[in-house]
Amino acid sequence: MANIKQYFQFIFNLCQKEFLTVLKDPSSRIILILPIIMQSILFGYAATFDLKEVPYAVLDQSNSQASHDVLQKLKGAGLFNQVATLHGSDEVADVIGNQEALMVVYFPADFADKLGQGEASPLQLIVDGRNSATANAVVGSFSTITLAYNASTDISSQLPITVKSRAWFNPNMETRWIIMPGMIAALSMIQTMMLTALSVAREREQGTFDQLLVTPSLPSQILISKAVPSILIGLVQSTLVLLICRFWFDIPFQGSLLVLYLGLFLFTLASVGVGLSISAVSLNMQQAMLYTFVLLMPLMLLSGYATPLANMPDLMQDITYVNPLRFSISIVRRVYLEGATLADVYTEMLPLILIAAVTLPVASWLFRHRTS
Amino acid sequence: MKVNSGVAGGFFSRLWALVKKETRQLLRDQSNLMIGIGLPIALIFIFGYGVTLDVKDIKLAVVTTQPSEQTDDVVSAIRLSPYFKPTIMTSFQQAKKALRARDVEAIAVFDDTFAADLAAGHADVQLIVLGSDATRASSIRTYFSSLVGTWAQKRADRSNIASHSAGGVTVIPRIWFNDANTSTWFIVPGLIVLIMTLVGTFLTALVMAREWERGTLEALFVTPVRPTEIILAKIIPYFMVGIIGLVMCVLASTFLFHVPIHGSFFILVIGSVIYMLVALAIGLLISAKTRNQFLASQLAILVSFLPAMMLSGFVFDLGNLPTAVKLIGMLLPATYFIELLRTVFLAGDFWPIILKDLALLTLYAVVLLGLARMLTKKTLD
Repeated sequence: MANIKQYFQFIFNLCQKEFLTVLKDPSSRIILILPIIMQSILFGYAATFDLKEVPYAVLDQSNSQASHDVLQKLKGAGLFNQVATLHGSDEVADVIGNQEALMVVYFPADFADKLGQGEASPLQLIVDGRNSATANAVVGSFSTITLAYNASTDISSQLPITVKSRAWFNPNMETRWIIMPGMIAALSMIQTMMLTALSVAREREQGTFDQLLVTPSLPSQILISKAVPSILIGLVQSTLVLLICRFWFDIPFQGSLLVLYLGLFLFTLASVGVGLSISAVSLNMQQAMLYTFVLLMPLMLLSGYATPLANMPDLMQDITYVNPLRFSISIVRRVYLEGATLADVYTEMLPLILIAAVTLPVASWLFRHRTS
Repeated sequence: MKVNSGVAGGFFSRLWALVKKETRQLLRDQSNLMIGIGLPIALIFIFGYGVTLDVKDIKLAVVTTQPSEQTDDVVSAIRLSPYFKPTIMTSFQQAKKALRARDVEAIAVFDDTFAADLAAGHADVQLIVLGSDATRASSIRTYFSSLVGTWAQKRADRSNIASHSAGGVTVIPRIWFNDANTSTWFIVPGLIVLIMTLVGTFLTALVMAREWERGTLEALFVTPVRPTEIILAKIIPYFMVGIIGLVMCVLASTFLFHVPIHGSFFILVIGSVIYMLVALAIGLLISAKTRNQFLASQLAILVSFLPAMMLSGFVFDLGNLPTAVKLIGMLLPATYFIELLRTVFLAGDFWPIILKDLALLTLYAVVLLGLARMLTKKTLD
């Protein structure tokens, strides 16, 4: 009993020391809190594929009632903003190329005639494809306008079938609703992993790790004391982002906090395991940071955070199964937006436990066996 | 005369010696090479092959509560589409369960009256997508609508009721500068920006901060070398690493991903060299200001790398952002470099844009390098 008490007393003391190392410098304290808040607000506004304003130019060689009607509808939509009227097709290249307009609406001379005869009357939409996501969104929004125009002039042109679609869990399909919950896991990972990676590397660089090894502390005690501060800091950062999601951006929280935090805890544990392993193989702080960063980038990109995993080639998708962020982002989104229960998401928690169960012992073994 | 030439000769010989030292230092630590060479290669592959906004393999549950000739027909049309992987289900409950478990990502419901409604002239199909994966969900919606629309059109054509459905305005979209309409084309040029920011700012900030922290810069200060020479010697090796990254990206985008270079190659090189100087200057500034490895690395990520990813138009179009956020994006040098690269790669030599971007980048380079020089003084604290 006394032994057990002593064991934890020792861990407690070591943890205190670790917290001091991280938090004693005021600028370190600031850099752990302030950027998280600023980034989540800033990126929350930045992360959108939804069009805000589409500057366009018109080349109307038909100059008819019909073309004016379509343009009127375009003006009425609010999204589109006419910046130029062109007089010849040779002007199109410059107005698009120099980004004065995002699209050019081109009515050919026979536009009204064809329409009057009940034929399909094509108009051309020239879009700047330098950003293909925006370009496709522009084509989509413009098509709804011509559909509305067709419906208003001629009922029979409506297709005999209508797709009525509904989006569950995010009815307006706002990009922000999926990016922000993803950030609860992703943003905290960056600093948690860096902090952890530095923890042992710093002591190695300063030579204090050898001193720590000759104290009566067990490797498990060193491991736990190095892990605890990072886990706590990670969870605090996640909480900050969670609060911003809920109260700044008003994204409704559907699930249970308990399940969410269980997922976040397991995720942070896994990231700390990875961080400590990096730390154990690094000779100095610079190496630790570079290795972490080399790892962080692919982890972020192959997590489904910004681009859907299902779009990736199969081989890449298989690779993502070793990525803790992949699972945590999925857990957070499903719990936050869909109200998923533990029974729904436990299959995504198991890999996190597995990653932690592999990396933590490896790190602890490396503490003693990596000699510089 | 002799003294003068001695000074000039001294400058170059001191610089040469320092550059040699810096290069050796850079090459000695494999972690430097990993971030300078290894990470760019990994990023090229991830971005080129992995990260894409183009949809494939949509797992769709098709619920047909009352199978008929019409539903069979539409299902086989879905099956033939390269984008969909349909699973036929007979009850909505079953589909809902599959959606919850993520076995499928969308549900299309053709209800009991579908065949009868269609015969009567108009039928509805219900499509349920997961808004919690909104990016993909909106593509699924578009693809499904166009698939069903095409099917209905073909069916109408076959049964000779074509005449009335052919009229009306149709849109022929021409997406310029991205003939293949793939997101790879717009992401790969942006990748050059990420890699140069990484090498220029992150790596330089880290390495310099380390020297400040360990006091090795002070050791240099007592030698006859001048601050300008110290800065130049630091910049040159990392500049070369950045250029290697650029060359790898350009080669990969041309030969692996077949992204065209419509503009002049010369502009591409000039722009990249100027941006590399900007990135290096930011790295030097951060390190001189923090003089601490952890803070320098965090600041480098926070002020240069993350914004270059999120606020520069790399993925999210600046035009869609709220004005305040857009203004912040417009302060970033990365924004102009991305614009320049996309124009040169995809569009061609549109001089108003190219000149504006080059002028702004040069301005940033001059101001930031000047500041970095001012902050690197031979002072001890």
